[in-house]
Parts: sequence; structure tokens; C-alpha cells
Amino acid sequence: MSKIKGAVIIDTDRCKGCALCVAACPFGLLEVAPRRVNRKGYPYVIQHDDDRCTGCASCGIVCPDGCIEIYRTKTED
Amino acid sequence: MTREDIIQPQNLVYAKPSLMNDVGMHYCPGCSHGVVHKLIAEVIEEMNLADKTIGICPVGCAVFAYRYLDVDWLEAAHGRAPAIATACKRLWPDRLVFTYQGDGDLACIGTCETIHALNRGEKITLIFINNAIYGMTGGQMAPTTPLGMKTATCPYGREAELHGYPLNITDMAATMPGTAYVSRQSVHNVAAIRKAKRAIRKAFENSMNGRGSNMVEILSTCNAGWKMTPLKANQWMEENIFKLYRLGDLKDE
Ligand SMILES: Cc1ncc(C[n+]2csc(CCOP(=O)(O)OP(=O)(O)O)c2C)c(N)n1
Ligand code: SF4
Ligand SMILES: [Mg+2]
Repeated sequence: MSKIKGAVIIDTDRCKGCALCVAACPFGLLEVAPRRVNRKGYPYVIQHDDDRCTGCASCGIVCPDGCIEIYRTKTED
Repeated sequence: MTREDIIQPQNLVYAKPSLMNDVGMHYCPGCSHGVVHKLIAEVIEEMNLADKTIGICPVGCAVFAYRYLDVDWLEAAHGRAPAIATACKRLWPDRLVFTYQGDGDLACIGTCETIHALNRGEKITLIFINNAIYGMTGGQMAPTTPLGMKTATCPYGREAELHGYPLNITDMAATMPGTAYVSRQSVHNVAAIRKAKRAIRKAFENSMNGRGSNMVEILSTCNAGWKMTPLKANQWMEENIFKLYRLGDLKDE
């Protein structure tokens, strides 16, 4: 059966940690990195589990700063 | 399949719009302005109008919009963007001319320009970012502030007796013979963002097809001014702002 697989690249230097993407991800795969800040002093978001990502783009679409790049493809396993 | 197999150029489905510059935006974390900037960039890109677009910046938090989208821009004095847009479009009728204005800019100090440009049927689009307060100057009450909402200048909540009633300028625009397309949208979730993009596209197409005037209001959050987290601000808007300002197309002729 073919499965949809996704992956995201988060520009953590551009991210301000607003966490709107965290709420938008249907699988809860994103989180604000605990006790970390980027070079501008903002907390930033990471994907803590990328295996279940389907590349639905919800996180990217709600991101006000355009920090998230999304890839999607199909596998046959 | 590894992450590296998925991250290939042919699998790219979403990215920062190419018309959005790499320079970081000064907006507060979670501010709706950024989402709307992205939509405008995407629509201009999809309509292939990057070289033919003139945006007019407001005074307000979006005063630096010209730094963020790679099209031509002019900076207007507070509230005067529709007057500048009128001149641009009349001098260069083949250009996509739009204003980008907050509620303090469009519905308070610039009310006169807004109403007359709209009612003259100028072939322009007004993008109206209504976050119900003056964001840039510290969250003061605006004409658009709902009754009961607390702001820096009505700390006990807006009262009709003292402060008058919220001004619904977009409903007013829809009643004017000069307007072609008037829509109210929001950008608080994925579905709303998709709809807002379609509305902006329609308004821009009208402007290019000699149909005007067009206005797209985006109900927005100013989480910093509202003193809430970005997520809470979206929820608060759904509960308190949507019942005052009706979402959807108000006029489409
Ligand atoms: C002539 C003039 N009057 C007042 C100001 C102060 N001022 C700057 S921004 C602003 C209001 C901005 O509010 P809004 O248009 O809602 O934009 P937001 O920041 O909320 O996006 C005001 C009153 C000014 N810059 N110029
Ligand atoms: S003050 Fe409000 S409108 Fe201005 S950038 Fe911050 S959140 Fe956005
Ligand atoms: Mg405002």
C-alpha cells in the first residue's frame, strides 16, 4: 500500500517561537524547543517526531514568518 | 524512506513565497500581518505581476511592508494610502495597485480617503488589516474596537456611552455604488487562510480587469496589544470579534 511521507525544514533562525504551527499540526509533531533560543533571542520550533509527518503543509501555511519548507512524496511500503 | 529521500526539489510542496525577502520581519511573534504578507506575495506571484505591482504602505505596524515584499512600494502619510493609490492607478492603468492598511490607518485617520476612493470606483484594492486596535503605538482603542474590549485607552472596556460604537467600515463599503468586490476574511487557521487568499486574488483580478473598487478586510490579531499568546488571541477573536464583524463576501458584482 502506498503511503504519503512528508518532511519539514524549519528555519530556526527566522522562527520567533509563536507556536501557531504547533497548534496547527494535526499530529502534534511540532514543539517549541525546550530551554533554547536562536541568535535573535527567540525560542524556536522543532519537529520532535518526523516519522508520522504527511507533508500536509498546515504548519507552513499558518506560519506568519514563512519559516517552514515542506516536502511530500509517496512510498510503496 | 529516509528524510533525505523526501527532501528533494521535486517533492517541495510549500515554502516562503519567492517574492518575500529573506530579511526578517519586525512583527511580533504570531502577528497576523505576516500571514497576510505571505498571501499577497503568493497571489502576485501566481498572477505573474511582480513587475507590475505597486503597493502603498500605511503608517502602523505595516509601515515597513516595503522591506518585506519584493515589489514596488510607496509610503503614504497616515491614512492617505487610497489617495496615493488613486494617483498611481490613474497614471499607470496597467499596474496592480493596492493599499495595505491597518484599522487605525484606514478606518480612523484615513476614513475620508478610504470612503471617497472606494466610492469613486477606483480600480484599486484596499487590503484592510483589522486587529481592532492601534497596534504600533501600544494598543490604544480604535474606531473598530468592539464594545467591552479592554485596551490601553479604555482599560475598563469600551463603553458606547463614553466611546461611541464600533465602526463597521467594510459593511459601509459594500453599500457604496463605487465598490465592485467587498469581502471580510480572517487568517486564524488553514481553511480561513485559503479563503482569504482567494478573496485577495479576486480583488486583484478585478483591479487588473478595470473593475473597482475592491476591499478585502482581514480580521486579524495583535496578540501583543491584546496581551495574549498568539493561539489565545486567535481563539479570543473567534469568540469576540467574529460575532461583531460577519465573515464572507459582502458584495461581488
Ligand atoms: C499624523 C499621525 N498621527 C498619528 C500617528 C501615530 N500613529 C502611528 S501608527 C498609529 C496607529 C496604527 O494603527 P493601525 O492602523 O490599526 O495599525 P496596526 O499597528 O494596528 O497594524 C498611530 C495613531 C502618526 N504616525 N502620524
Ligand atoms: S504590535 Fe500588534 S500589530 Fe504590531 S507587530 Fe506586534 S502583534 Fe503585530
Ligand atoms: Mg490596528
